[in-house]
Amino acid sequence: MTGEHQTLALLLFSVFVAITLGITTWVSRNRRGSAEEFYAGGRLFSPMENGFAIAGDYMSAASFLGVTGLIALFGYDGLLYVVGFLVAWLVVLFLVAELVRNCGRFTLADVVAARMRERPVRIAAGTSSVTVSVLYLVAQMVGAGSLVALLLGGTSDAARAWTVIGVGALMVIYVSLGGMRATTWIQIVKAVLLLGGTIALTALVLMRFHGDLNRLLLTAAERSGHGAAFLAPGLKYGGDWTARFDFISLGLALVLGTAGLPHILSRFYTVPTARAARRSVVWAVGLIGGFYLMTIVLGFGAAAILGPDAVRGSNAAGNTAVPLLALDLGGGAGSTGGTVLFAIVAAVAFATILAVVAGITLASSASVAHDLYASLRRRGGKPRSEVAVARIAAVGVGAVAIALGLLARDLNVAFLVGLAFAVAASANLPVLLYSLFWRGFTTRGAVWAVYGGLVPAVVLVVLSPVVSGSPDSLFPGLDLQYFPLQNPGLVSIPLGFLAGWLGTVTSAEVPDEVKHAETEVRSLTGAGAA
Amino acid sequence: MGAAAADVYLEVQRSAAFQEVRRRYRKFVVPASVAFFAWYVGYVVTATTVPELMARPVAGAVNVAMVAGLGQFLSTFLLTWAYARHARLRRDRAALEVRWDTQELTRGMSGSGS
Repeated sequence: MTGEHQTLALLLFSVFVAITLGITTWVSRNRRGSAEEFYAGGRLFSPMENGFAIAGDYMSAASFLGVTGLIALFGYDGLLYVVGFLVAWLVVLFLVAELVRNCGRFTLADVVAARMRERPVRIAAGTSSVTVSVLYLVAQMVGAGSLVALLLGGTSDAARAWTVIGVGALMVIYVSLGGMRATTWIQIVKAVLLLGGTIALTALVLMRFHGDLNRLLLTAAERSGHGAAFLAPGLKYGGDWTARFDFISLGLALVLGTAGLPHILSRFYTVPTARAARRSVVWAVGLIGGFYLMTIVLGFGAAAILGPDAVRGSNAAGNTAVPLLALDLGGGAGSTGGTVLFAIVAAVAFATILAVVAGITLASSASVAHDLYASLRRRGGKPRSEVAVARIAAVGVGAVAIALGLLARDLNVAFLVGLAFAVAASANLPVLLYSLFWRGFTTRGAVWAVYGGLVPAVVLVVLSPVVSGSPDSLFPGLDLQYFPLQNPGLVSIPLGFLAGWLGTVTSAEVPDEVKHAETEVRSLTGAGAA
Repeated sequence: MGAAAADVYLEVQRSAAFQEVRRRYRKFVVPASVAFFAWYVGYVVTATTVPELMARPVAGAVNVAMVAGLGQFLSTFLLTWAYARHARLRRDRAALEVRWDTQELTRGMSGSGS
């Protein structure tokens, strides 16, 4: 990876930053500064626009680079991992999107608080939402730093640190100045770029094999050195029973967590009706499904064209499989085509990270301002405008993310994405489903459901091999390991549901029938929707 | 919202029109959710616990695992399409009518424009 690639990649990336900053200024030129405008972009996006934005929010650099690398190195087990990311959208579509659009205004807590005593429920749901967002955000920030090191060869510590700071500063600017409207357009631009790049690479891979997928798979299996085993499960998530249970745990977290991700939920408030929310999910399923199908082709393509040794030689986790593949497909190192394709892939990967972090920052600033600040501020104090608080919160979240990103920049934080999904599935999904569908659900049940999922998920990770007790841990010198799995979902998700049920049956509070009726009627018909 | 306006929701909830909307929604969503969740968990558990079964060849390079994995993609696309179609044809119009009726009633009760 020589100077030429770097210059072109940096140039393309600067163009993307310039365009997105342009969007942000254009959008904020005559902003009214209402909460509706800041959190929900005025609620006037079309289903297609929102579908692209959802896809943009969801397709992270981890899927573009990480999943293809996983398939290139471990074959079928990478595909196994990807399936959960798509199937999860059925939970969103069937049980969450329309109903949340109808009952809520800006956040997850809105839906729950409508039926319950507002203060404790908002504090609980706000806390877990911010936790999920920060976990996800730190993973992306550290990823951005490593990406620069990988793609541009700037392996120096300073280059990575400045990348983390730069990404953090840009996301704060997008969010605090442009709010949801700018963030949405950035997602749309990014989704189009990412899909365009993926389609081009996939077409080149298929052309290389004259459209013969069978030969592509056979070549991949042969070059991998594993033979037919490369096309069957077991190379990564096989082995001992701990590894197998770990994958089942991760799979559950992926499928149930998506519907509890705050930055995904907030996307449904940007369209005018529940029907539009449904149609945006249909768009998103098409786009995301198509994208993952193409990453599977790219992964096996990388194994067949480059071979796993070349992939592993550049980066042990396989994160450089796609850029290396682009270089080869364009004509090899030193050729113009290779240089251009490589630069495009690098720029698209940066754009992806920037857009994803902007979406998460916006959602967490909404949780801080709309849920936590509104519930915790001193009574009788002069109320500030909520949007002003949200803008400040975006700066605060950005600062925290930069600080954690810098602290963790040398650690292997790949587990954080799985953890964010596990917390979302354990703390956010149970309370959301119970509020929407269970007549007898009470305030205590809601509070217990959130903390009963959040606390076990976090504690189990602290006690797991990712933190201590093994050579790959964050703190290899320490030994606090009492829980064998890396992902807590298998235990913490049932605990979240159990705690919600237990809190409800033990509380003396009589469930408010009128409020339940209101939630049910509003959720299914859209009466009185914001 | 006043107490009277809140009673509107109880009344609507008990109405036949609303219960029909709810019944149609649940009749699709409950079996479909159970089906895709069981199919996904079955897939993941089979892949991790009996990989030998998944490795059986079907045709050429394609084995059971490939068919099952692509089957997950296909079933997700199909269920998405079926849900959207069911909602559009069987639920949207009825739900909209209940919505207007409810909003008429709340407006009448509270006397204000909200």
